[in-house]
Amino acid sequence: MAIQGSSVQGSTDKVNLNQEHDSEHPAEPNHAQQHPIGLYLKIWLLLFVLSSLSYSVDYLQLQGMLRWSLIILFMLLKAGLIISVFMHMFWERVALVYAILLPPLCLVVLIALMAIEANYTLANRLAFFSF
Amino acid sequence: MTTRPTNRPHTETRLASLAADWSADGETFKQVPWGKAMMWIFLLSDTFVFSSFLVGYMTVRMSAVESWPNTSEVFALTIGGQHIPLVLIAIMTFILITSSGTMAMAVNCAYQHKRKQAALLMLATALLGVSFVGMQVFEWSKLIVEEGVRPWSNPMGAAQFGACFFMITGFHGLHVSAGVIYLLVVATKLWRGHYDRPQEADSGNYQIVEITGLYWHFVDLVWVFIFAFFYLW
Repeated sequence: MAIQGSSVQGSTDKVNLNQEHDSEHPAEPNHAQQHPIGLYLKIWLLLFVLSSLSYSVDYLQLQGMLRWSLIILFMLLKAGLIISVFMHMFWERVALVYAILLPPLCLVVLIALMAIEANYTLANRLAFFSF
Repeated sequence: MTTRPTNRPHTETRLASLAADWSADGETFKQVPWGKAMMWIFLLSDTFVFSSFLVGYMTVRMSAVESWPNTSEVFALTIGGQHIPLVLIAIMTFILITSSGTMAMAVNCAYQHKRKQAALLMLATALLGVSFVGMQVFEWSKLIVEEGVRPWSNPMGAAQFGACFFMITGFHGLHVSAGVIYLLVVATKLWRGHYDRPQEADSGNYQIVEITGLYWHFVDLVWVFIFAFFYLW
């Protein structure tokens, strides 16, 4: 993760220029999301490494808690890199970032409700059907 | 250009800009082109569509009494006499990540005003997308014809497996196919100099490449979740 940290840090000067423009100095649209090509290449490489790692979880047939936690970890790292760097969320205005990233949090409620429901269904099936 | 004092903490200015943007009684997403804002809002709605599928899959899998088919074995292939688990899915994952990389390069080239280079990179992205869909067609036909998986039943275990598989990967494949068409349309227009015409609102501005890229990266992003929850879990 050191690669990512340093490259992101290296481009923050540009970031501030983009984000903190006031109305008298509108950002030049052509350079709004221009970032060093090396940053993209590093993230690309990192995504390859993370994908290989998540595939190896299956290849090595890890099971149980270890398997699930590794799957979730690699998934979240990959998703985070894609959203923040490839989709430029890291450099977007906060008003947009929050408008897009906060609403999906209500899915947590849906997941919790449906998990309770699924457990209830399973308990009923086991209790009343002859399996 | 930097009028802001540099010693102010970053978080304070970020939160201040959030409050200012939303309370300004004007355009909320300042300096965000409308096309990009709309693409993000569309992607947000798409997030909910895919999340509903994945949560539905979670529900039926958790409540299934029969054992769930072992995806590691279902999607294994024998290549050169060697039996490799889940190999097709791994290749598809790498193809999609590669295409995300070429798309990011295309966006970078577009902002450097390398018009033709950006169009070629978008074409490469579209070709990778086509190969992804091709492998998905192979995967589907293998599952339907050889393994006898149907949306209502399958010989490997829980009947709900087929419905989840066809619904989730089918909808994702549809997104990839739509993305390929979108990429080809924008790349062609870019190549022909459509976005440089003086009557264009932002003539010579290739923001559309970034917007197309947002859609493509989203398709890759969805695959990350499908790969983790459907294939690996």
